[in-house]
Amino acid sequence: MTDTKFDTSEQPQFFLEEEHHIESSTNLGFWLYLMSDCLIFAILFATYAVVGRNYAAGPSPADLFDLKLVAVNTAMLLLSSITYGFAMLQMERNAKTETLFWLGITGLFGLVFIGLELYEFMHLIHEGAGPTRSAFLSAFFTLVGTHGLHVTFGIIWLVTLMVQVSMHGLIEANRRRLMCLSMFWHFLDVIWIGVFSFVYLIGVTG
Amino acid sequence: MTVETPAREDAHQAHHGHSHGHQAGHGSFKSYMTGFVLSIILTAIPFWLVMGEVFESKTVTVSLIMIFAAVQIVVHMIYFLHMNTRSEGGWTMMALIFTLVIVFIALSGSLWVMHHLNANMMTMSPEMMKNMP
Repeated sequence: MTDTKFDTSEQPQFFLEEEHHIESSTNLGFWLYLMSDCLIFAILFATYAVVGRNYAAGPSPADLFDLKLVAVNTAMLLLSSITYGFAMLQMERNAKTETLFWLGITGLFGLVFIGLELYEFMHLIHEGAGPTRSAFLSAFFTLVGTHGLHVTFGIIWLVTLMVQVSMHGLIEANRRRLMCLSMFWHFLDVIWIGVFSFVYLIGVTG
Repeated sequence: MTVETPAREDAHQAHHGHSHGHQAGHGSFKSYMTGFVLSIILTAIPFWLVMGEVFESKTVTVSLIMIFAAVQIVVHMIYFLHMNTRSEGGWTMMALIFTLVIVFIALSGSLWVMHHLNANMMTMSPEMMKNMP
């Protein structure tokens, strides 16, 4: 047997040399959530890729999609991404009013996006091209609708945070929340790149 | 508007004196604008390719759209989501790579399997078509 007596005169040694950062682990955790959300969208994209050409003698993407509307929609989402970026920059400067201003602009762009998407959906359903018309349209409404639902929840979250910031200011907790929403918002823009390229542009090309 | 003066930078540091995990997810005005301008270009070109019917060949157009989408996703990841190999000790990058592998398997696997199922389907005769439910 070896001598297991410890030398107690030594200073205790800690392996974690800096204090634990809640903010840091929140970022990683939120990133993992986004990745799992990414898998949901991957499956919806896969479904669309498989059944996207089964028109059941119904309308095809070239008959239905209005690319000008999609271009405006894309611009709205892209603009909302950069304005959210401005809000984050103002947050770093500790400028509460400016942060709220840019968050408000971001929310408005988000609302226009949702409005245009709902208009498009209503228009399609009115034309008889609803989700029950063909496998293509079921997959289309599921994929684009899920994205729209995410943006809607993003807007609700945004408004909640605007109320929080205006009530409590840019405290550490609110900064963390704004950071998470920033990742969520930019992530939705990334998904939209897939939607407009894969569903709309390639769909219309044929 | 967004140029950080040294004094502000100091105040910022003092406010966050305890936290070092900040490198994840803070861009500068310049990096946001770079990302934004690149995104506009990378969005406008594929829309122009389709709406202006630039190429005769559909294969060329579709391939170009795919390439532009892939590049734009990378641009967004870097300039808006501030992806890098260092944040969170590289764990965000690991999670991203893992997700991309799963996405690749799900997408290519679905297309491959379903394509084979379609190819091996018996062709439908008019007789069978008539008896369809």
